[in-house]
Amino acid sequence: MTNKMRTSFLAAPYALWVLICTILPLFYILGYAVTTSSGSFTLANLTAIADPVHLKSLWLSIKVAFMTTVICLVLAYPVALILHNLKITNKAFVVFLFILPMWMNFMLRILAWQIILSNNGILNSFLSFLGLPTIHILYTKSAVTLGMVYDFLPYMILPIYNALAKINDQVVEAAADLGANWFTTFTKITIPLSRDGIISGIIMVFVPALSSFVVSNLLGGGKVLLIGNVIEQEFTLARNWNLGSGLSIILMIFVLLSMSIMNRLDDSENGGMLV
Amino acid sequence: MKKKLLSFLSIIVFTLAPVLGLTGCGSDAEDTDTLVVLNYGKYIEADVLKRFQEETGITVKYEEYEQVEDMYAKYKAGSINYDVICTSDYMIETLRQEGELIPIDYSSIPNYENIDPAIIDASEAFDPTHKYTVPYFYGTVGILYNTNMVDEQTVSSWDSLWDPAFKNQIVMINSQRDAFMVALEKLGYDINTTDKKELDEAYKLLCDEKKYVYAYLQDETYECMISEDAAMAVCYSGEAAMGMEYNEDLAYTVPKEGGNLWIDSWFIPRTCKHYDAAMKWIDFMCEEEAATENFEYVWYATPNTKVAAHEDAETLADETVFPTKETLSRCKLYEAYDNETLDYTTNLWKKLKAF
Repeated sequence: MTNKMRTSFLAAPYALWVLICTILPLFYILGYAVTTSSGSFTLANLTAIADPVHLKSLWLSIKVAFMTTVICLVLAYPVALILHNLKITNKAFVVFLFILPMWMNFMLRILAWQIILSNNGILNSFLSFLGLPTIHILYTKSAVTLGMVYDFLPYMILPIYNALAKINDQVVEAAADLGANWFTTFTKITIPLSRDGIISGIIMVFVPALSSFVVSNLLGGGKVLLIGNVIEQEFTLARNWNLGSGLSIILMIFVLLSMSIMNRLDDSENGGMLV
Repeated sequence: MKKKLLSFLSIIVFTLAPVLGLTGCGSDAEDTDTLVVLNYGKYIEADVLKRFQEETGITVKYEEYEQVEDMYAKYKAGSINYDVICTSDYMIETLRQEGELIPIDYSSIPNYENIDPAIIDASEAFDPTHKYTVPYFYGTVGILYNTNMVDEQTVSSWDSLWDPAFKNQIVMINSQRDAFMVALEKLGYDINTTDKKELDEAYKLLCDEKKYVYAYLQDETYECMISEDAAMAVCYSGEAAMGMEYNEDLAYTVPKEGGNLWIDSWFIPRTCKHYDAAMKWIDFMCEEEAATENFEYVWYATPNTKVAAHEDAETLADETVFPTKETLSRCKLYEAYDNETLDYTTNLWKKLKAF
């Protein structure tokens, strides 16, 4: 009992933190969301998502977040697999590799992309040097997706790598002993056993990508309006905190929805995995 | 157990939070040695800010914003008590009409005599009784263009911004009022129109333009033009002058249809807690040396008559920095929108961005 009390006491600073910095603000947002600027109750801020402008931004956000997640997964899985198969004994070194890009300020890295992708930038200089036609990519949806992939990729690699590292080599060897070829082993053993990592990776990329607004501000040139940008502008430009809060509640619902779908996939697979 | 811990924590939070909040406010009010300043981004020479603090012993909390609407939102949010703010004409008028301004004590600003009376007269549009403002800089909105990519004739009209030949080569200004001004001028309407039909037409025109626009930018415009990423950009005259300083192929013009003359001024908002320090700040901004340093950093037209003595003939003859009488005759000041028109254009602006 005393032991238990001591541990819960140690959790107090974090509980306090969550209370002040997460739970209270959530209630504030909810409060703003269901009231008008004069304080009376309304649902208009929530139903405002049906406004064509908002629907369009939400749909665009979902598309960009989906593309980002797919590209991250396609890039990350082979990398994680290769890193795992290298059998690097120093795990800290692998983690170091993933964390390395994060040493540099996030804004700086995105600004670097501006210089690379601009009309007269490094990429186009290189293309014209090779005699190829130049491309217009900065300040488009593609540039925003690229920026997000670049930013969120480590969050996909890390959980997949961890999941792969946990697979018992003997299981793979047993599959080979029983006559499974490389492909069968990969699809029947490796992928199912790393599913946890894939799902955490998808959540860790999709969710922040869905609500992001900084990348689209910097690489979208004010032309790519994601739902995150709409919310930001309601709080700043339009000074409509109520509408901004209402839309962020809707966005939260979408985030929770996508997480619960992913978690359900996770659970159903856990049951039959090793049987 | 868990429940007890939670209730214990919530008691701590709810008792501590107001106490912490109160002491925060209290120390702010008593402290006469600080000053909270709100200004546009990139709008002061860092050395001037440093010198003010050294010479007066006042600690400045310096805050910046990009768009004039951001300033209004920041101020209205009310979480920070600003002591002195610099912003544009029509926003000052809005705040004046809302009763948010405190009169300035001009007798405590000896350097006010350095300010050009002509600009003070022009300020009548937003400060009719000359009670609330001290001009900081003024300038125009026009087109900054690359002479290797566009000829002077083309950019002499706002029509050039709708020219398909410049697809992805046009930088539009990321400011709703200025963007609508461009479209309204092209249509031949008054830039201060509140007629929704005219505003709708302007909105449709801006939607047409979007497919040719490379990006909507504001503080990054001149960098984009220096590196020749775009052929032309709608921007403020100072931004243009700065770009021309680095790339000699750049030139600036205010199209023939006319444009906007703006005056940015200092004013004291009702939230001011350090009035005397704010007066010292404004006086310092009007001082010869500080005004010269600021001018050589921002390159907008200065209303300070003492600055000319420090500049060479070439700078003083620069029509980008100091607009000619002919240019000024084509330019108009913005008038404050009423709330309904403001909300209406804000919504159109959002629709344009989502278009």
